[in-house]
Amino acid sequence: MSLASLISPHLPVLTVLLPAFTAMLLVLIGDSRERLVLARRIALASVTLGLLLALKLALDAHGGELRVYRVGDWPAPFGIVLVVDRLSALMLVLTQAVALPVLLYASGGWDSHGRHFHALIQFQLMGLCGAFVTGDLFNLFVFFEVLLIASYVLLVHGQGRERFRVGVHYVAINLAASALFLIGVALIYAVTGTLNMADLAQRVPLVTGDETLVLKAAALILLVVFGVKAAMLPLYLWLPATYAAASAPVAALFALMTKVGVYSIVRVHGVIFGADGGASALVVEPWLLPLALGTSTLAVFGALAAQTLPRLVAYLTIASVGTILASLGLFSTAAWSAALYYMAHSTLVIAALFLLVELVASQRGDADSRLEPGAPVAQPVLLGLMLLLAAASAAGLPPLPGFIGKLMVLQASSGHDAQVWIWIVVLSVGFLTLVGLARAGSLLFWSTRPELAGTGTSAGASSKLVLATIALLIGGVAMTVLADPLKRYTDAAAAQLTDHRAYALGVLGGEGVDTTRPYVFPRPAAGVPAGQGAEGEP
Amino acid sequence: MNVSMEFLVASGIGWVTACGVFLMLRGRSFPVVLGLTLIGYAVNVFIFAMGRLWTSAPPIIGNGEVIADPLPQALVLTAIVIGFATTGFVIELALRSHHESGTDQVDGKEPGA
Repeated sequence: MSLASLISPHLPVLTVLLPAFTAMLLVLIGDSRERLVLARRIALASVTLGLLLALKLALDAHGGELRVYRVGDWPAPFGIVLVVDRLSALMLVLTQAVALPVLLYASGGWDSHGRHFHALIQFQLMGLCGAFVTGDLFNLFVFFEVLLIASYVLLVHGQGRERFRVGVHYVAINLAASALFLIGVALIYAVTGTLNMADLAQRVPLVTGDETLVLKAAALILLVVFGVKAAMLPLYLWLPATYAAASAPVAALFALMTKVGVYSIVRVHGVIFGADGGASALVVEPWLLPLALGTSTLAVFGALAAQTLPRLVAYLTIASVGTILASLGLFSTAAWSAALYYMAHSTLVIAALFLLVELVASQRGDADSRLEPGAPVAQPVLLGLMLLLAAASAAGLPPLPGFIGKLMVLQASSGHDAQVWIWIVVLSVGFLTLVGLARAGSLLFWSTRPELAGTGTSAGASSKLVLATIALLIGGVAMTVLADPLKRYTDAAAAQLTDHRAYALGVLGGEGVDTTRPYVFPRPAAGVPAGQGAEGEP
Repeated sequence: MNVSMEFLVASGIGWVTACGVFLMLRGRSFPVVLGLTLIGYAVNVFIFAMGRLWTSAPPIIGNGEVIADPLPQALVLTAIVIGFATTGFVIELALRSHHESGTDQVDGKEPGA
């Protein structure tokens, strides 16, 4: 027990350190042919451990405990803090729950198509977990970069001309977004003098006068940044080509990356610039909901027009992000709870779909992933049922969790001004998703060209690949069975987000704690912000 | 005429950013990389300036003298390191893409081809 009590206070940082050290170990081991099995085992063991760790944190967080880890024991807000509340713990569990089947799937062969696959996945997980536990805005940027750099390399895993072409686009747009992120963060720091999220939630309401404008500009710049990551209208154009070009396990893991953007929008625009934000309260409210509904609508049209399977799933990713963001845009705890539930479900289903369409495509001979009649697949019943399950869940048919999630969103929107729009968009997007997937399904399994039978793989997918995909689907379906406890958890998570007092108490040790501000309160004569000296001084 | 330091720094950042944006919108990957680098420089100076522009103020707490805010300096250091690494990576990626597609165009094909 003494070991447990020794480790227990360090759990938040372990979620980051575990993948970090595993990644370093995997780099050292290398991935030559004879060591690949060892690398796979280490990676799988590490992610399993990470999942257990995340579950333990979630169970603790469920009881209402706010875990705060002060790195280097520097007091907040001067040092960096890692904070695990219900939302963070939920995201950690989701990350590992997606990563484990994806790793299993990749161990079926994809990991031997390029170098250092497992190490890169671990670095990506390190960035994801870090972004979810950090309680500091600049630290969030650093973890964004960690996960992005890993994703740059993972995207081109397997190589090929198309991957390098979209790789350059992907890197360029993300570097531009990172530059904007830094500008937003620097503006916030210039006005408030802090980047600690708990401290910011205290300081932002105090900002008044002209400085509010700077702060609002910073918040909107950050919305652009997170909008790029989350693939929000009109910043989603990079996503379909990128996700469609990536190898299946990488695309499935990337389903998590859009959720980092969503998570950051919750943390920054939902909490810091939320209803209690004083003069800069709810600065993104007029933008978020219309943009989210537009994202969903356009994405589902994209899905209907898609020519290949991965592109279809990529557009469905964007459509689901639109639904989540629309729910967030309602700015109520009930809607946030719905958004969290729907996010967890849609991530699992989208990841499963990415894996599934590759399984199907690999059995269709020359037609591959193109949506046109091709060779009949070797395992029509198994794959067909899996696609049916995933499609029904993605579209939101009862009793699958997609239905419950959308129902929660619709319920939460009652009484809102835009209720009619939300109902129209959510319901018609669900219907069109079903149409798109039904079209794909009938093409894949019924409208085949029997004369080509035998040109595809006749043996069927290896059990490892099928098992990994089924695991993700089961995870999705389990969300129906566990809907009640999960909803209670997401309700509590949403309520916790609005409780600034408890958050400040946990992180800073009290509300309105005096933290040194070198120039903000009061500002010395020399401290004219750089942007305001334009008229020149005599 | 006396121009304030703030004016000089602000217009300098603005000019470099404008150049960076212009280059980033070019069709070949080399100017795009240069543009990203320039924007990175502008952002770095911007972060630094957000700690306000002080003259002859050390970033350490001394004998009650005026002190400059050390935090933006630490932030900018992190941003520089990350920017350096990503620039290195994007150059390598652009080179590789060039080898794969045989052209430096970001679309992977020559205009009109």
